[in-house]
Amino acid sequence: MSMSFAAQVNSVMAALILLTSFGLLVQRRILGLIHLFAWQGLFLCISTAIVGYITGMHHLFISSLMTLSFKVILLPYILYILVRKLDIRRESETLVNIPRTMMIGIALVIFSYHLTAPVTQLSTMVTKSTLAVALATVMLGLLMMVTRRHAVTQIIGFLAMENGLFFAATSATYGMPMVVELGVALDLLIAAFIFGIFFFHISTTFDSLDVEQMAKLKEED
Amino acid sequence: MILLFLLCISLFFAIVLAFVGDWKYAPEINILGSGATFVAGVALAVQVYLQGPMTVGNKFFFVDAFNVYLAVLTSFVSMTTAIFSRKYMRVEREHGRVGHWKMRFYHAMYQLFIFAMLLALLTNNFGVLWISMELATLSTVLLVSLYRTPTAIEAAWKYFILCGVGIAQALFGTVLLYFAAERVLGVGGEALLWTNLSQVSSQLEPTVLRLAFVFLMVGYGTKVGLVPLHNWLPDAHSEGPTPISAVLSGLLLNVALYALVRCKVLVDGSTGTHMAGNMLMGFGLLSVLVAAFSLLRQKDIKRMFSYSSIENMGIATFAFGIGGQIATFGALLHMLVHSLTKSAIFFTVGHASQMHGTQDMDRIRGLIKGNPVVGWSFILGIVALVGMPPFGMFASEFLILTATIKDAPLLTPFLLLGLGVAFAAIFRKVQPMVTGLVPSWQTPLRAAHVPVILHMALVLLLGLYMPRFLSDWFHTAVGLLK
Amino acid sequence: MTAYSIGIEILQILILLLAAPAFTGWVRTVKCRMQGRTYAGICQPYRNIVKLFAKEVILAENASWIFRSTPYIVFGVTVLIGAIIPFISVDLPFAATADVIALVMLFAIIRFFTALAGMDIGTAFGGMGSSREMTISSLAEPAMLMAVFTVSLAVNSTSLTHMVNVIGHGEFILRPSLAFAVLAFIMVHLAETGRVPVDNPATHLELTMVHEAMILEYSGRHLALIEWAGMMKLFLFSVLGLSIFCPWGIAASGDPAGLFVALLLLTLKLAVLGVVVVLIETGLAKMRFFRLTEFLGVAFLLATLGMLSFFILE
Repeated sequence: MSMSFAAQVNSVMAALILLTSFGLLVQRRILGLIHLFAWQGLFLCISTAIVGYITGMHHLFISSLMTLSFKVILLPYILYILVRKLDIRRESETLVNIPRTMMIGIALVIFSYHLTAPVTQLSTMVTKSTLAVALATVMLGLLMMVTRRHAVTQIIGFLAMENGLFFAATSATYGMPMVVELGVALDLLIAAFIFGIFFFHISTTFDSLDVEQMAKLKEED
Repeated sequence: MILLFLLCISLFFAIVLAFVGDWKYAPEINILGSGATFVAGVALAVQVYLQGPMTVGNKFFFVDAFNVYLAVLTSFVSMTTAIFSRKYMRVEREHGRVGHWKMRFYHAMYQLFIFAMLLALLTNNFGVLWISMELATLSTVLLVSLYRTPTAIEAAWKYFILCGVGIAQALFGTVLLYFAAERVLGVGGEALLWTNLSQVSSQLEPTVLRLAFVFLMVGYGTKVGLVPLHNWLPDAHSEGPTPISAVLSGLLLNVALYALVRCKVLVDGSTGTHMAGNMLMGFGLLSVLVAAFSLLRQKDIKRMFSYSSIENMGIATFAFGIGGQIATFGALLHMLVHSLTKSAIFFTVGHASQMHGTQDMDRIRGLIKGNPVVGWSFILGIVALVGMPPFGMFASEFLILTATIKDAPLLTPFLLLGLGVAFAAIFRKVQPMVTGLVPSWQTPLRAAHVPVILHMALVLLLGLYMPRFLSDWFHTAVGLLK
Repeated sequence: MTAYSIGIEILQILILLLAAPAFTGWVRTVKCRMQGRTYAGICQPYRNIVKLFAKEVILAENASWIFRSTPYIVFGVTVLIGAIIPFISVDLPFAATADVIALVMLFAIIRFFTALAGMDIGTAFGGMGSSREMTISSLAEPAMLMAVFTVSLAVNSTSLTHMVNVIGHGEFILRPSLAFAVLAFIMVHLAETGRVPVDNPATHLELTMVHEAMILEYSGRHLALIEWAGMMKLFLFSVLGLSIFCPWGIAASGDPAGLFVALLLLTLKLAVLGVVVVLIETGLAKMRFFRLTEFLGVAFLLATLGMLSFFILE
């Protein structure tokens, strides 16, 4: 596999990651969201492996493996078990309707492209153009968290955001040092446990996972 | 050596308490652990004082005057809070609000939280700083929702989501920082070390660092509680058990501000402009004003004091933004006295709310008559908090005001407005609470008076006279933060 | 305008006229096989058309000239479109006019007249069909244009022959923008040709008809022409997609030997495409009409993403 072809495949992976981020925005069914998230993790893992192959940095292969086991297998599995236990079917309506969300999403992609332009110009790396996609993924994850009402969907948006951050690390800097990556993975694992516990608490206390119900703590006049 | 010992103590006790946390003597073990941490912290501080800044553990940790004083403060307040927590949680257990598992979880997470904060303060690596900040957040999320009421869960959820999102932005900022650093320092763990970065900060690419600082500001600023990223703070600090509110308000905000200031030093070295300082000033002042005016509308006592935390952190951020000798000295002093005062206030507030069974300020009355220790310490705490002499807060605010008049005179009226409105708002609410007759629904209580008295004594001392070593420390820290 | 190119042109139109019903027959056959029904055979559409030509035309009393002339206009324009799209060779005399924007205009003319004819008689079904068709097209057209623009960005021209030349005969580069454009184009294809999940081509239930509603009043040779034009539209859209996104095999300029290979590959590609369309149709359910905004919005989104990824990633 020649270098430039590998770089092209990396670009395709970046495009697919962006596509899955938009897919997460428009998908209504929760199981569909979990699958999309798993696909996003898979594309991320392939991309990391390709960058590792291009640059010859072997710790990226380890990162890729970690991503695979974590974000493609473990986290979706945890989410799936939670959805089964909590007996969630589909989610309630979104706060902003879907076509409008998509338009905002496109605007965010253009915005992140502009924002990372100075960094992309300075970078000498093969993967420099994918930094804009990474930041766009982060922003789209954020958009997803803001426009959805269901607790599980918000968490998936949060995890998608973390995916984007990981992708940013590999595209801007060929991966953070191993110690940092391990620490971030550990944090994510703990966060996964915590939100799992959370879903149960919310579900038992509020009898639903609609986040809009949790709006009582406000200023009173 | 001492440093590793310092960190290991809290981690060890966290593991131990996970198993024995619901023992009769678990709170005593907690106090023991925190006390040992404090002693180790003081030893470390003495070492740094005598020998100057040092790196430990193959450049993994770095101790200088700035973070060692915060480390000592952290371990001290955690120790006094552990003393307070002993009496407080006993009453909570009697009232049936926490059971076996919750006590174990509470104690274990308490120590883990201390560990995370100390790790964040003492590490040399920006990536590890991020990791430990996130760990500190995660360890307290489930503590905020400990009581499992709807409002507690809502508060914990908001805390989790908002801080998680914020800190993710900080991670992006760290990635950009690493990108800029890699070009100068080469690939690998070396490029994220503060010691290396501070030396080459002028060579780092300004455009990238500017962008990185925006993300870092949003990220760590959320943890500091700067407006407009502060929405989680009043909820999270008012819903958990009071010892947790005390450490969150008193300590975690400081650690986040520490992280922000370290980033600011790098950005200043790189860009050479005052951009970072201006951003800090802007957000800080905004926080002061919004928080001060929000104080007027509060009904819940802990919520009111959380807004006061936002305001004080805003003052400290503003002062760090101004930069220069006087302001930085004032900011460091402010962080110190605010920690002590706010945690002392939370101690008394915790007991007051336990006595009345509610956190609603309209239902808390007659504190002086009912429980003189709580009542009087509350008044003293308030007086210290709003910045009246001779307490330490007055000294720090005075210094900050002086610096503002000197360097940013147009902003002085705003700062004064914020301080004044906060003063009035707090007094207005506190006065009916402490005076008057004892209401019928007040239950008697043996308060933990040692921590409060200790804190207030220290604050008073710092207002009247600053010990030599402390001022030396601050001066060194100011020099490091140029 | 050499004799060779005129020959290619005539060959193309003949293939269009003769093969389009076969393609529709193939799609229906595969669908029947997949749904476990017995099938009428690939040649059934031919028999339908021949039967219709033999029948008498029944016109409503208030039918205007629009109603009477629409079948001929539609048929003629469809054949014209077939003359422009290069699907066996790039050597067409109309190569200069083979611009995608012109193509979209021609499709719009067909749609315009069909919609008018639907409203002409004054029945409720016709009007409803016309309004639905216009809604769908107002959403689908921008998506299609955007998808094609993405390809033209990569090729630096909106001429179809140029696109075929560059992509088919140039070097093979993986372009993510084209991947997005393909997805968008597939969705628009389903919308424009009236396939599930946009419109069910086999239904006559009032709530679900779109295209069928507009042509409900036609009979005899008018209906034959319109049906034939409908089959040709399916063929043309498929071939358009294949020419833009999968043009390998189309004979290069001045290469008569490549024609045979081109024909063979075309048959193969169409066969596969037919199976893909049937898979999509069988796998999805027809959407509520009001969900179509989302569906076509997603198509537009994908096309825009393709364009953006061209700028960002390439």
